[in-house]
Amino acid sequence: MNPITRRSFLAASGIAVAFAMTRPARAQLAGGGEGGAEPVALAPALPGSLKSSPYLDSWILLDQSGRATVFSGKAELGQGIRTALTQVAAEELDLPPADVDLVTVDTLRTPDEGLTAGSHSMQDSGTAIRNAAANVRMLLLRQAAAILMVGEGDVTSMGDGTIRASDGRRIGYGETASALSMRVEAVPDAPLRRKSQFRTMGTNLPRLDIPAKTTGGAAFIHDMRLPGMLHARVVRGPSEGTRLALPPDSEIEAMDGVVKFVRNGNFAAVVAEREWNAVKLMRRLQASPYELARSPFPTGGVAETLKALPARDIVILDASKPTADPRRSVRKSFTRHWISHGSIGPSCALAWLQDDLLTIWTHSQGTFDVRRVAADLLKRPIETIRAIHVEGAGCYGQNGADDVAAEAALIAASLPGRPVRLQWMREQEFGWEPLGPGMATEVDAALDGDNRIVRWNYDVWSNPHNNRPVGAGGVLVGNEVVPSFPVPEGKPIPMPEGDGSRNSNPLYDLPNMNVVYHFIKDMPIRVSALRSLGAHLNVFSIESMFDELALTAGIDPLDLRLNHMADDRARQVMLTAADAFGWRKRKKAAQLQGFGMGFARYKNLGAYCAIFMEVRIERDTGRVIVRRVQAAVDCGEVVSPNGIENQVEGAIIQSLSWCTREAAATDGTLRKNFDWSTYPILRFRDVPEHIDVIVEDQPGKPFLGVAECGQGPASAALANALADATGVRFTDMPITAEVVRSAIVTL
Amino acid sequence: MTISITVNGAKHEIGSDPDTPLLYVLRDDLELNGAKFGCGLGQCGACTVHIDGKAVFSCITPVGAIGDRSIRTLEGLGSVDAPGIVQKAFQDEQAAQCGYCIAGMIMRAQALLEKIPDPTDEQIREHMQPNLCRCGTHARILHAVRRASDVMAGVIR
Repeated sequence: MNPITRRSFLAASGIAVAFAMTRPARAQLAGGGEGGAEPVALAPALPGSLKSSPYLDSWILLDQSGRATVFSGKAELGQGIRTALTQVAAEELDLPPADVDLVTVDTLRTPDEGLTAGSHSMQDSGTAIRNAAANVRMLLLRQAAAILMVGEGDVTSMGDGTIRASDGRRIGYGETASALSMRVEAVPDAPLRRKSQFRTMGTNLPRLDIPAKTTGGAAFIHDMRLPGMLHARVVRGPSEGTRLALPPDSEIEAMDGVVKFVRNGNFAAVVAEREWNAVKLMRRLQASPYELARSPFPTGGVAETLKALPARDIVILDASKPTADPRRSVRKSFTRHWISHGSIGPSCALAWLQDDLLTIWTHSQGTFDVRRVAADLLKRPIETIRAIHVEGAGCYGQNGADDVAAEAALIAASLPGRPVRLQWMREQEFGWEPLGPGMATEVDAALDGDNRIVRWNYDVWSNPHNNRPVGAGGVLVGNEVVPSFPVPEGKPIPMPEGDGSRNSNPLYDLPNMNVVYHFIKDMPIRVSALRSLGAHLNVFSIESMFDELALTAGIDPLDLRLNHMADDRARQVMLTAADAFGWRKRKKAAQLQGFGMGFARYKNLGAYCAIFMEVRIERDTGRVIVRRVQAAVDCGEVVSPNGIENQVEGAIIQSLSWCTREAAATDGTLRKNFDWSTYPILRFRDVPEHIDVIVEDQPGKPFLGVAECGQGPASAALANALADATGVRFTDMPITAEVVRSAIVTL
Repeated sequence: MTISITVNGAKHEIGSDPDTPLLYVLRDDLELNGAKFGCGLGQCGACTVHIDGKAVFSCITPVGAIGDRSIRTLEGLGSVDAPGIVQKAFQDEQAAQCGYCIAGMIMRAQALLEKIPDPTDEQIREHMQPNLCRCGTHARILHAVRRASDVMAGVIR
């Protein structure tokens, strides 16, 4: 289909064109960019989250000794943000990091920065804290100059919490700050420290949370013990949509060890003094018969399932330029299955109703939203609820954290004065958490006689990835209580961030691009955000197509990419990684050995990431051995090089697990994965033998989100290496050993 | 009834039912944070502790079955101020992302190095196979185990 007829078709068929643009917009959404209730921008001219919280005392307080307390509305999710934000604050305040205490998201104490999601934390909070700290240092220097009666140019911060005048006199931050109010709005142009001056940014400050995590300190919400704490377990059927037929309350309340049985509509939870008793009671009650109280799950393939549902077609790109005629074309379809977040620690929350204040401790990515949901669910004034983030196990999106927080709140509300700890069991997490959505794409592209890509038609089908709860209808307990809160209708996230459409707009310079997002609001399986959203399959599809086109053209896959890439930073990460990998010198030394690459700039707005991979395949088993992975990333100004490397290494390994192992399956009635044997993920034997990450520094450039930049390129590089090794294009994830074996058995 | 167990060299009288998994006794009665609840099925290794020097899943080990064998947890290897060699190696390699699996990883690695002080890379991978990490920290964990082995051998400090 050429661009003209396609546009005509869309117009003629009366499909709503909800969003159309020919160039990617540059503005990003605030507050995580993945739904949630985003904070209101009060000062749009200020950088990062200063837009919504412009006053300096929202971010930084200095005490009499000169120690700084810094407040962030973002949460530590294991991505190392606590350490990176501490480095940013220390640098711009010009204090040793040990003199900075960072407070992470707490509805009573910190700004509302929306979700901690979408690789936004450095962009939103890092930028806000950096500029707020620069403002504070500017005010301190001015005040010190006034106190010492010298010119503003005659004072310098020394990096130890003192300010020195050119005549040698010194004054401390604490003394200087005591005469200053921080209740002032930030200015957008407070001078930032430059790389040549850096003492903390750009260095590898050891992660602040690792000592406790390696020695048994109280590091996680799971480790919290409050006085008189009770243990709760929810009582549910095996998976979403099932309903238990439980015995009468009086019978359950008479069971040995029951402190409280909470039932409201179809929600049920048992509370005990001892945790193991709560687990045993839960198991006895969950042995009750269950029925399916929803429409049956689809049992077909991903593409078949999605395409059978009604879609709203959203035009993402519709660009055309006169070009030479297409000569050779390639068409491919790609899919990704539903994927579990697979947190190692099942979701947990604590809640405590004391007098009229309900406090909720949560590891949700949306702490302020946890508070909103609880207010809605319990019909309590929001001021009487405080939500505090405490670290959980890595969540990689919306797992059961939001559900369990609302459930703990409901249970605690019925037990005034007693703190309640609720943890899901592993099988409840697998059975009830929102999954990462299954997706499908179709690509039709063509080359002209000079091997320029002159046709690019791209279609992507997906459910909403953005079902973050902001009211009670977004959590399971809200749907279960009587009267129940309806599940809100799913909505797409508009570009430039996108959800199923994320990264469906290639960064490459292609003269003709038609990209349509077939947005499917009806969700046959409960889904929400999983790390990188649609970028995983979209990058996989685009980068697989580039290798197919390079094969058709008979040119090197790297060259085809460079021939179509004008963005210098994109070219640079590709060239850097290619060089370190030895791409130009690669040589197959064995059969079933292959080399592949993948590239993307996350959302076309975040970090640039290029990944090169070498694989070998065991002929008899189809097992894929990833021998070497070389990545290069450019995420702007570098705060923590080791932190960035850690995130990208993790993204590569996690992506390889998704790509080669993972599919959350259903039969008509139930989800089918309840443990790690039925949902295997990558283990040590199969992780790459060697991974190297090069971080390209960009002094003075804005921070670009890095945490999710590797998911798409890593899966794409693997598929391209497998195609190089076997001559077979694998288009449907997971590409399991069995799939590979079946494909090569006839070679 | 009470059950007597020895954890990190100290004897404790526990008022739990004998069917209680050791994990719940460690976490709830002794208030030790090291061993984590992951799956309750012995499939992920987050709960790994040592019984008589062998790495076991505390989530599927009934406390009543331990008898007089000695239990060691992450807390028994060292402290924040004086971390053990394996703990220190994990810190030096910055081998954690969320860190939820790391306590179990350290305990499993410790058991290997006590038996085989200088394992091959292949032996390390095979030995660590039962423990799951979801963040993708595997490469750093393997480096940390190698580092700990080198420190024990005096090759590096």
